[in-house]
Amino acid sequence: MLQLNQIEKVFYEGTPDEKRALRGIDLTLNEGDFVTVIGSNGAGKSTLLNIVAGVLFPDYGAVSIDDKEVTFLPEYKRSKWIGRVFQDPMAGTAPNMTIEENLALALGRTKKRSLFKGVTQNRRAEFKELLNSIDIGLEDRLNTKVGLLSGGERQALSLLMATFTKPRILLLDEHTAALDPARAELITRITKDIVAKHQLTTLMVTHQMDQAIQLGNRLFMMDGGQIIFEANDEQKEKLTVEQLINEFQKIRGKQFANDRSVLSV
Amino acid sequence: MVSALYGALESGLIYALMALGVYLTFRVLDFPDLTVDGSFVTGGAVSAIMIMNGSDPFLATLMGGVAGFLAGCITGLLHTKGNINPLLSGILMMTALYSINLRIMGQPNIPLLNQTTVFKEIGSWWEGLQIDEYLLKPFTALGLGEYAPKTFLVIISMIFIVFMLKKIMDWLLRTEAGIALRATGDNARMVKSLSANTGSYIVVGLGLSNGLVALSGALYAQYNGFSDVNLGIGMIIVGLASVIIGEGLFGKKSVVRATLAVILGAILYRIIIALALRVDFLDASDMKLITAVIVIGALVFPKWWKEFKEKRKRYTRRKTLNKQQQEGGEENASVKSD
Ligand SMILES: Nc1ncnc2c1ncn2[C@@H]1O[C@H](COP(=O)(O)OP(=O)(O)O)[C@@H](O)[C@H]1O
Ligand SMILES: [Mg+2]
Repeated sequence: MLQLNQIEKVFYEGTPDEKRALRGIDLTLNEGDFVTVIGSNGAGKSTLLNIVAGVLFPDYGAVSIDDKEVTFLPEYKRSKWIGRVFQDPMAGTAPNMTIEENLALALGRTKKRSLFKGVTQNRRAEFKELLNSIDIGLEDRLNTKVGLLSGGERQALSLLMATFTKPRILLLDEHTAALDPARAELITRITKDIVAKHQLTTLMVTHQMDQAIQLGNRLFMMDGGQIIFEANDEQKEKLTVEQLINEFQKIRGKQFANDRSVLSV
Repeated sequence: MVSALYGALESGLIYALMALGVYLTFRVLDFPDLTVDGSFVTGGAVSAIMIMNGSDPFLATLMGGVAGFLAGCITGLLHTKGNINPLLSGILMMTALYSINLRIMGQPNIPLLNQTTVFKEIGSWWEGLQIDEYLLKPFTALGLGEYAPKTFLVIISMIFIVFMLKKIMDWLLRTEAGIALRATGDNARMVKSLSANTGSYIVVGLGLSNGLVALSGALYAQYNGFSDVNLGIGMIIVGLASVIIGEGLFGKKSVVRATLAVILGAILYRIIIALALRVDFLDASDMKLITAVIVIGALVFPKWWKEFKEKRKRYTRRKTLNKQQQEGGEENASVKSD
């Protein structure tokens, strides 16, 4: 359902600062796939997600969603089918607007925004129920401005906003990395529940190898703008963090040690 | 003196529409739009020339607003399609409008004193309603007849117009599209990721804002009895002053509250100016300076005040800490000496 064909992305082409962020990425995601993506800093993970989302356009290659080519479709048009959560908890919500207004905004993703009231009584009840499902007490704070929420709460809300309209694809870019361990744990749990509930096709970048192994049914390892290792459901079952590190060394012939801290093994 | 205050109330209500427009760009869209200086005059120019040519004054006023809407949209396009920075887009449009306004009017000043304006039109059936007589009764009964305005016509009709437009704006900003417009000013990146074209919201928002500004300009020209090409100079600062004063004194918790605050801010601004002009050594020509000083004060003072309170708190805390340490020290000393 998501297909990337020979995607190339170069920044500052033709200058001394030239960066080849993606080199010939080919990938196919099937309906309901939950793929975790790991890789050292600068491997091209965020660039990959940005190409899928339409924030960046590739220099070469094609992107298609549900067999429809969308390579150069602008972000705001494509996001009808794509839900996204960013690493920065500030990025996914509007701080000076209330929780219910943020949810109403997210509701507008799938249909044209009208001149009817954004937050109706019916919707308020729906939102309440929705917030109830993640059970962190937000259901009683519909009228609270989102800027007053903690990072974890905001990230939970971002996650709901990205998913409750059931996007075709969910993109998560280290969305727990900015949180303390307990909150990160909570957001991971909520992510797992939501993805399972809606059977969302998901691409999730994480810096935690153990998490990448535990979650989802496929795993990609990226380095230097390429997907250098891939594990399917069965292989993932048996995979360990040590094996992943060995795999990296075998393929790249260089030490992973420098990345140990980054990948928080 | 008193009649100056009524005048301030009247012009404050007319300026309130302009202030609502400025609120929409500066606060809601977070877009510092300087088109205002030009579009205020555009509203006056279009309505004046239409009235001169025998148009219905209501239609003329409305068309003035439409002209402002178009000007605002162009500023928006300069920014979104032309990738020109917001401040510069506004300055470019404002500069262009100066010449355009002269073209529209054909001369730098159009007198409207002998023309049928909106206020004269309302005035003719206003007299039939005899509202003034009812409203003046309490004044005369209390022996305050000389403190009463000659007529409540402008005040009442402007209150009606301003609050109607405020209501519309409150409603608009809470529709699905309005929520997206506000979010565009709050977190544009997220709005794009939620499938909304921030560019078109900016264009429409700037259009609506300058529509309000031009409407204000059209009414102001008719109220004053002339349209002048230089009337708009510094208008943006007047609008900003109203927004800042209003929000500071009356709060900005919700959209409904903020729009009310902005209206009250505009009235209060005119009253402050009216009072300032009473001061002997200040002239009408000092008005822009006074306005600038008000805005600077409103921007700087809250921060100073906060810092001052913060310092005082720290100082008292330090004092109690010192005292505790002294007492603690004495206790320790006494323990040791035991
Ligand atoms: N907008 C950009 N402009 C210039 N270079 C960029 C930009 N985004 C990413 N890069 C470069 O592309 C490479 C891949 O970056 P990124 O996709 O952010 O890596 P990751 O998310 O895996 O850490 C890096 O070398 C980075 O410096
Ligand atoms: Mg990244």
